[in-house]
Amino acid sequence: MSAAAKVMPRRPGLRERMREFAGRHRSTTILLGMLAITLVLPFIVLLPPFSGFLTQNVWVEQFNTAGIYILLVLGLNIVIGMAGLLDLGYAAFFAIGAYSYAAVASQFTGIHIPFWPWLIMGAIIAALFGVTLGAPTLRLRGDYLAIVTLGFGEIVPVFFTNSAELAGGTNGISAIDRPSLPFDVNIAGQCVTCFSASQPWGFYITMGLILTGVLILCYRLQDSRLGRSWNAIREDELAASSSGINTVTTKLLAFAIGASTSGFAGVFSAARNVAVAPVQFGFTVSFTVLAMIVLGGMGNIWGVAIGGFTIFVVQQVFLPQLTNFFNSVQVPILSDIDFVQYQFLLYGIALVLMMLFRPEGLFPNVRRRRELHTESAGAEELVSPDEATPEV
Amino acid sequence: MTTGNGSEVMLRLDNVHAYYGRIQALKGITMEVGKQEIVTLLGSNGAGKTTTLKTVSGLLHPRSGKVTFEGRDISKVPAHKLVKAGIGHAPEGRRIFSRLSVLENLQMGAYTRNHSEMREDLDRVVTLFPRLQERLKQAGGTLSGGEQQMLAIGRALMSRPRLLLLDEPSLGLSPILVQQIFSIIKEINAQGTTILLVEQNALQALTVAHRGYVLQTGLVNLSDTAAGLAANEGVRKAYLGED
Repeated sequence: MSAAAKVMPRRPGLRERMREFAGRHRSTTILLGMLAITLVLPFIVLLPPFSGFLTQNVWVEQFNTAGIYILLVLGLNIVIGMAGLLDLGYAAFFAIGAYSYAAVASQFTGIHIPFWPWLIMGAIIAALFGVTLGAPTLRLRGDYLAIVTLGFGEIVPVFFTNSAELAGGTNGISAIDRPSLPFDVNIAGQCVTCFSASQPWGFYITMGLILTGVLILCYRLQDSRLGRSWNAIREDELAASSSGINTVTTKLLAFAIGASTSGFAGVFSAARNVAVAPVQFGFTVSFTVLAMIVLGGMGNIWGVAIGGFTIFVVQQVFLPQLTNFFNSVQVPILSDIDFVQYQFLLYGIALVLMMLFRPEGLFPNVRRRRELHTESAGAEELVSPDEATPEV
Repeated sequence: MTTGNGSEVMLRLDNVHAYYGRIQALKGITMEVGKQEIVTLLGSNGAGKTTTLKTVSGLLHPRSGKVTFEGRDISKVPAHKLVKAGIGHAPEGRRIFSRLSVLENLQMGAYTRNHSEMREDLDRVVTLFPRLQERLKQAGGTLSGGEQQMLAIGRALMSRPRLLLLDEPSLGLSPILVQQIFSIIKEINAQGTTILLVEQNALQALTVAHRGYVLQTGLVNLSDTAAGLAANEGVRKAYLGED
C-alpha cells in the first residue's frame, strides 16, 4: 500500500492503467485480489493492535465465519440488489444447505457422503428451494413479497425444530463429518490441509476459493444479459416485459442463483461447526445479512462484500473486546455495559445514521448514488467512467 | 383479406372480451389493422383503448375472442414472445427505466435482437430523435417529459417491430412537442412500420391516421377513415370539442 502510494506521484498513469486492467480482465483482477487478501489477512492479525485481541488461529476461525456471511451477502445481493426482490427470509436457504449436508454426512442418518461433492449438491438443493419459493410468490411485489419470504424464513427453522426424527428437533444434528483431503501439507508449522477448530487453515483456503469463484460469478452475471434483465425488472417490470424479457424465468433465476450461494455457505458452516441447530438460522441471520447489504451499498458487489466483512468483524471481535477493555480499566458505567448484548441497538443506530447521511451505503452502486443524489450531481457527473464506454 | 383502404390485414381482433379481475374492460372488440397503416383508437377515459393495446401486446390476455397477428393466433402468447414476433409497445405513462442511462434503455429495447443488428437500429432511432443522441449517457429519469416520451418510442423501435403500439404519446407534452412527436410518428410509418395509436388528442391523431375506431365502454362504436371520422358530427361533438 505505502509502496504504491510512493510510486503514484511519479507515474500518474498507474491508477488509470490499473483501473483499465481491472475493467478488461475482471476475473483475473478478482483472482489476484482475493489471492492477495487471503495471503495478507492472516499476517495482518499478527500485528498490534489485532494481535492483542485474539491469536492467529482464532482470527482465522473468525475469518471463516466472516466468509460464510460474505457468501450470504453476495447471494442476497443478487436477489435484492440486482433484481430488486425484497427477500427477508434468506436464512432459510442457508438452513437448507446446512441441514442437507448434516443429513448426509453424520451419525444421525449413518450416511457419509464426502464434503467436496456435497458443496456443489448443497448449492443445487438450495437453488431448487429458491425456485420452489419463487414460483408461487412471483406475482407478488415489494411489501407483499417481503412478508411471504419472511414467513418462509420462519417456517424453515420451525420445521426443523419440530421434526425430531428428520432433523433432530431443537438440538439439531451434531457430529457432522469434517472435510478431509487425502494428503497433508504443512507450511511454517501449520497444517494447511487440516479442517478442525484448532487447525482452521483448510477451511480458510476452501473459503478463499469459494469466495473467489462466487465473486467472479457475481461480476459475470452483473454484466451479462441476465444481469441487464434483472436491472430492467427492478426498474419497471411491465416495461421489461414489453422489451421482450421473460419476467417469470428471470425472477426465478434471481431466486435460484441467489439461494445457491447460501447453499455453499450452509454446507461450509455445517462442516465447520460440526453441528446444526434451528437456532442458528433465525430471523437475526436474515436481518444481519440485509443490514450488511444496506450498509455496504446495495447492488455494488465488492461494496457489500466489504460491508459484510467489516460488520462481522466489528460484531464478533471488536464488541467483545470493547466490553473486556472497559471491564479491565474499570471506567464507571461503561464497564457495566456488555456491548455484545447491544449489538442490535448499535445496528439500528448505524442504519438510522446511514439513512440520514449516506443512504446509498458506504460503497454505493453507481445507479443508486445517481438516484439518491440527483440534485447535487450535475448531468455530466452522472456518467461514471466505466459506463462512459458504450458497448455498441 | 383486406381492410377498408385495400391493404393486407396485419392485426385482427375478433370479438375480444377482456377483464381486470371481475371488471370487464372489453366487451367484444372487433377491429383490423392493415399493413403500413396508421390506425387510431379514440374514446373517452375508460373506453378500453389502453386495454385493447394490452391485449394486443400480450400484457393482458383476452378471456374470450381472438387476436390474430400476421395470420397467427396470439391470444395466449406472453408479452415477451410477442416482442420477438414483431410487436413493439410503448406503454402508457412512458415507463422508461429511470435509473438506466438512455443508451441502456435503448439497449434493453433491443433485448431480443443480436448485437450486430443493434448498431443499425440505434442509428435509426437517434436519427429520428436527435435529442436522444445528445443524452445517451444521461440517466433516463433525468430527461424531460418530452425526451422521456421520445425514449419510450425509441426503445420500442429498437426491437424493430412491424407493428408499433403507441399509448398516448402526446400525454403531458407542450403543443410544439406534440407536433414534433406526431410528425415523427408519420415518419416511422413511412419507413414501413404499421402503427396502432391510442390518443386523447383526437384532432392530432386524425390528421396522421389513415383510419380510426371510436370506442365506448368496451365496444367499438364507430369506425371509418380518418377523414370520415373528422367529418362525423358525433365525433366532432364528443372528441373535437365542437358544440
